[in-house]
Amino acid sequence: MRAAPTLAEGFPDLSQMQIAREIHWRRWLAAAAIVVVLAAIARAFANGQIEWSYVSRFLTAKVILQGIVNTMVMAVLAMALGIVLGAVAAIMRLSPNPVLKSVAAGYTWLFRGTPLILQLLLWFNLALVFPTIGIPGLWTARAVDVMTPFLAALLGLGINQGAYTSEVMRAGMLSVDAGQYEAAQAIGLGRLRALRRIILPQAMRVVIPPLGNEFIGMVKATSLASVIQYPEVLHNAENIYYANSRVIELLIVAGCWYLLVVSILTPLQMLLERHFARGTARINR
Amino acid sequence: MTKPLVAIRSVSKAFGEFQALRNVSLDVWPGEVLCLIGASGSGKTTLLRCINQLTVIDSGGIWLDGEMLGVREEGGKLRRLTDRQIARQRLKTGMVFQRFNLFPHKTALENITEGPVQVQGRNPGEVRAEAIELLRRVGLATKADSYPSQLSGGQQQRVAIARALAMKPMLMLFDEPTSALDPELVGEVLAVMKELAQSGMTMMVVTHELGFAREVADRVVYMDHGAIVESGRAADVLGAPREARTRAFLAAVI
Ligand SMILES: Nc1ncnc2c1ncn2[C@@H]1O[C@H](COP(=O)(O)OP(=O)(O)OP(=O)(O)O)[C@@H](O)[C@H]1O
Ligand SMILES: [Mg+2]
Repeated sequence: MRAAPTLAEGFPDLSQMQIAREIHWRRWLAAAAIVVVLAAIARAFANGQIEWSYVSRFLTAKVILQGIVNTMVMAVLAMALGIVLGAVAAIMRLSPNPVLKSVAAGYTWLFRGTPLILQLLLWFNLALVFPTIGIPGLWTARAVDVMTPFLAALLGLGINQGAYTSEVMRAGMLSVDAGQYEAAQAIGLGRLRALRRIILPQAMRVVIPPLGNEFIGMVKATSLASVIQYPEVLHNAENIYYANSRVIELLIVAGCWYLLVVSILTPLQMLLERHFARGTARINR
Repeated sequence: MTKPLVAIRSVSKAFGEFQALRNVSLDVWPGEVLCLIGASGSGKTTLLRCINQLTVIDSGGIWLDGEMLGVREEGGKLRRLTDRQIARQRLKTGMVFQRFNLFPHKTALENITEGPVQVQGRNPGEVRAEAIELLRRVGLATKADSYPSQLSGGQQQRVAIARALAMKPMLMLFDEPTSALDPELVGEVLAVMKELAQSGMTMMVVTHELGFAREVADRVVYMDHGAIVESGRAADVLGAPREARTRAFLAAVI
């Protein structure tokens, strides 16, 4: 080995040179092609049999606005019900008690295994099975009065959602290190309190992205409740076009509202994620 | 005459076919610091976990502060305690894990106050003041509001010790508290444990730090294949072991 007082020759000095900008011909070509296609589609719609004035007029019509409010109310309530049921089912699923385990598994099996629209129709027509419902001796009512479109939609959507959410929650809870549960036990927390205070908050971090996904699905799934007369936005749009025959215009109106709502949800999800990420190394540096 | 704080009698535990503890009997006296040493898989962790009932023993019995753990006698039969009763018994022991197991979504201070407030139902203000005092004691007065991810391994383990102490346990269990740490962080955790030992806390410590055992332990227990092979004063077991297996183990570690 030689002691090297100077650096070896033959490696030119690059410090004054810059990397040349490349022109990405293919990207430009692809972009141009896409613009042409989009323009063609836009032109087709502009010249098509669509009265755009109807679209803009009905976009903010009272019935439509009421419909989108009903859609959101139903989506939020049914999702809340779904998350509660899902969390309970997931906790039951992970409990050592075989009875609780199989009840939870049966719930998931039944409500994931049948179409949502069928479940909605069943809830709505519950009066055919049980003409009166209530607690014997205390309170009874005719099922047709109780099972309003609102309640039927809430039960149908929420209970169905819970069956899916339980799997998401279970995955989240399994993702938490077993040492966390042991540490919670070691300071004397009981099973349920350990779940609520230690395991679930950590599971939420994992669970929020798929739940956000499910919630977006829920917003759109509420449109199925139109079949049981729940006045959500699609149902109201349909009612309008039955009267004025502007079918496409009103479907576009409803579509715009769904898109708008879903676009607002994404940043909201980011906020939630940030909340539950506290304490962990930042994910979006 | 004083009684042992922990009395372990003929405890056995198997995982499937594998016998992790074989007929282990041991006393731990109030104020004593007992170090458990032994090869990997010899059952040291399992023994600690049986004492705070994270693992349920197959046979034998463990008494803590005169109370039988996990079961009670009724009409000549043993009946398992309820989860609630077991949780109450656990409050008498504090456990420090090899991998810290701090709650990552809670600050250092919240990790410490969780047990006293949630489990013991104590006044949050009072608990907070005590937690700050505990953090000062483990040298982390300035880290109260840091999350575990913002702390070094040694700092996390010291918070974990403070968290266990906050429950005012009579017995502290340490499972290789320094073996997940970089060498330069080991000293700060051992210093906290040494201070705790000098304050009179009864401690059972699974460790590979023979220097710590020699200096701090009153007694050293050597385990092999789920059984206690040798037990005695630290200086004797580490300096002049009687059993050939202990000698072989010590020769291999040093
Ligand atoms: N939950 C479990 N299921 C199956 N086997 C287990 C379980 N826990 C421990 N064991 C086995 O029991 C034996 C004793 O384990 P233990 O953790 O008590 O050893 P240890 O002395 O603490 O070893 P180490 O120094 O590596 O921590 C090991 O062989 C281990 O594989
Ligand atoms: Mg171990």
